Amino acid sequence: MYTLYERWLGGRQGAIGLLILALLIFAVMPATLDVFRLNLVGKYLTYAFVAVSLVMLWGHAGVLSLGQGVFFGLGGYCMAMFLKLEASDLISTARQTTPGIPDFMDWNQITSLPAFWQPFHSLTFTIIAIFVVPAVFAYVIGAAMFKRRVGGVYFAIITQAIAAILTILIVGQQGYTGGTNGITNLKTLLGWNINTNSAKYLLYYVNGALLVGVIMICRYIVTSKFGRLLLAMRDKEDRVRFSGYDVSNFKIFVFCFAAIISAIGGAMFTLQVGFMSPSFVGIVPSIEMVILAAVGGRMSLIGAVYGALLVNYGKTVFSESFPQLWLFLMGGLFIGVVLFFPNGLAGLYQTYAKPYVDPMLDKMSGKRSASSRIQVGEKERAVK
Amino acid sequence: MLLGYSFSDWGSILAMQGFAGLSLFSVLLLMALGLAIIFGQMGVINMAHGEFMTIGAYTIYVTSKLTEQYFPAFMPYYFVVAILAAFIIAFAVGYAVEFLLIRRLYKRPLDTLLATWGLSLIMQQVFRSIFGGREVSPTLPQWLMGSWSPTATIDIPINGLFVMALTIVVTTAVLLSLYKSRWGLKVRATTQNRSMAGAVGINTKKIDRITFAVGCGVAGIAGAAFTTIASTGPTSGSQYIVDTFLVVVFGGAASLLGTIASAFSIAQAQAILTFFMTNAMGKVATLLTIIVILMLRPEGLFTSKIRK
Repeated sequence: MYTLYERWLGGRQGAIGLLILALLIFAVMPATLDVFRLNLVGKYLTYAFVAVSLVMLWGHAGVLSLGQGVFFGLGGYCMAMFLKLEASDLISTARQTTPGIPDFMDWNQITSLPAFWQPFHSLTFTIIAIFVVPAVFAYVIGAAMFKRRVGGVYFAIITQAIAAILTILIVGQQGYTGGTNGITNLKTLLGWNINTNSAKYLLYYVNGALLVGVIMICRYIVTSKFGRLLLAMRDKEDRVRFSGYDVSNFKIFVFCFAAIISAIGGAMFTLQVGFMSPSFVGIVPSIEMVILAAVGGRMSLIGAVYGALLVNYGKTVFSESFPQLWLFLMGGLFIGVVLFFPNGLAGLYQTYAKPYVDPMLDKMSGKRSASSRIQVGEKERAVK
Repeated sequence: MLLGYSFSDWGSILAMQGFAGLSLFSVLLLMALGLAIIFGQMGVINMAHGEFMTIGAYTIYVTSKLTEQYFPAFMPYYFVVAILAAFIIAFAVGYAVEFLLIRRLYKRPLDTLLATWGLSLIMQQVFRSIFGGREVSPTLPQWLMGSWSPTATIDIPINGLFVMALTIVVTTAVLLSLYKSRWGLKVRATTQNRSMAGAVGINTKKIDRITFAVGCGVAGIAGAAFTTIASTGPTSGSQYIVDTFLVVVFGGAASLLGTIASAFSIAQAQAILTFFMTNAMGKVATLLTIIVILMLRPEGLFTSKIRK
């Protein structure tokens, strides 16, 4: 019971935060929004997976990856390949030169299904691939970089270049990947139509549950000894290394873990939005995902979700009605968050709301009323 | 006979693709020089560097239009003046950006990355509001047009030769001023040991500001070179930013000679590979090679022996 409360939920404050988020996702949003809007929120929440992964990677481990779109894309493409194969059965593709292969392959004069597409006929394989492909890819990059102590700025630039490479590759190899348009016209999952309203509701709930689950796993990691070591590594890497820890392995683990989280988001994106394209893989989406985490607060797992919701909502509203204003706002957001709110929304809450909320909670739970600062001090003493 | 080309064809292909590579090399090198000064010497990651190049390119465009309209007789010579103007305007904007934004972030390199990315978004939108989304090209002076054919199968464009010459002049100027001038001495002193440099009476803040501005100014000149080989749009610069960073990192961040060598090899590899593969695959092959080499040798081609 103690482990569940303190470690997975993050103590009183964490549990309440998670409860409010769960209420918002599972009750408030579905009750107030129509299916179309809810589906949009579902899309934003898939970006929240990436934002959460960046909180782990950047906020806690101090490793800034500008290539999270790569993993989002890998997860999304794995899912899209399975759905596309299911949509390209012999009957619906009977008019093609080669029936039974995805339409874009037929357009590009490819006459048989490429070998790397074959295993995606199986849903089991696909689900395993969504976890394994990004993890292996992240492991290769991470091992090559971190073992040689490449970090910080260099790592950021190289991950950015990798995002560029993957985009160029996907766009260039049109016959195998669908090119710029991506993989579209996805219809069913094991015969279940994913474009109906009921499917959209269900997928929204699955997505929300996965997100809450991921946040709880991250909480568990952050509150573990490993989480402490990550923070220590972020602040004084050499000291941790000289204490006898293999810093590069920690970094590789976090990088792979973040890759998997992002890939889950990507797969859920494909399911909810119904297509996947290189425009979610490249440099620009990858760096926009960083700003989601920055707006939420780079240390706050729950903040990242709000950051993702807020920024993407803003993007939808402004890029629809004032497309010119949007780039100014987005640019201003990058500069403003870095200069004035380095801790994002979570930081604002900590400074302005927490001093009022905490005494109220104390009163409600019947404890003696004390200012939050003293309590934190006591807690730390108790830990020591 | 290889791949259906005769040996003399091969010679011509290599010469012409090699020269196309040299034009790309010029732009990449001019971009990378500015970035190497800013990133290598100051440790600031300027993601808006491409937009400073675009500023230079638009300056050339505006100057050419103004000259065409008001002083048509001046047309053959305007390009030289315009290059100066490109440098000065990019320098001035860089100076302002350092003062307003960068100097608050020196201790947080990853944050400069995000902030300057935001700056680049804003600058792109400013360009779009002023010049429109369509790509524009300046009217180039007559003597820049045409090509030079040493043999029947080789065709070398004059503007490429001009850009090469410009690159050599600018690179020499930057190297000289960094290694032979009083200012360069102060810049290098500030990079190596900021507090000591301050203690011996160097105004390190002023040095930072001017160094950043000079880096931006050189990017402006890169924009001038860019207009002779391609047309300018609001996002022209951002297409080069990743390549440019790779050039700087690949060459070894603190070494200007390394920057020159890596710009040369990257541009040549890309130009020659794109002839044999599709454009996209040539670029992928080049970038992948760089990344693999960087994984084997993270400090880049040339390392400087500075004690940190």
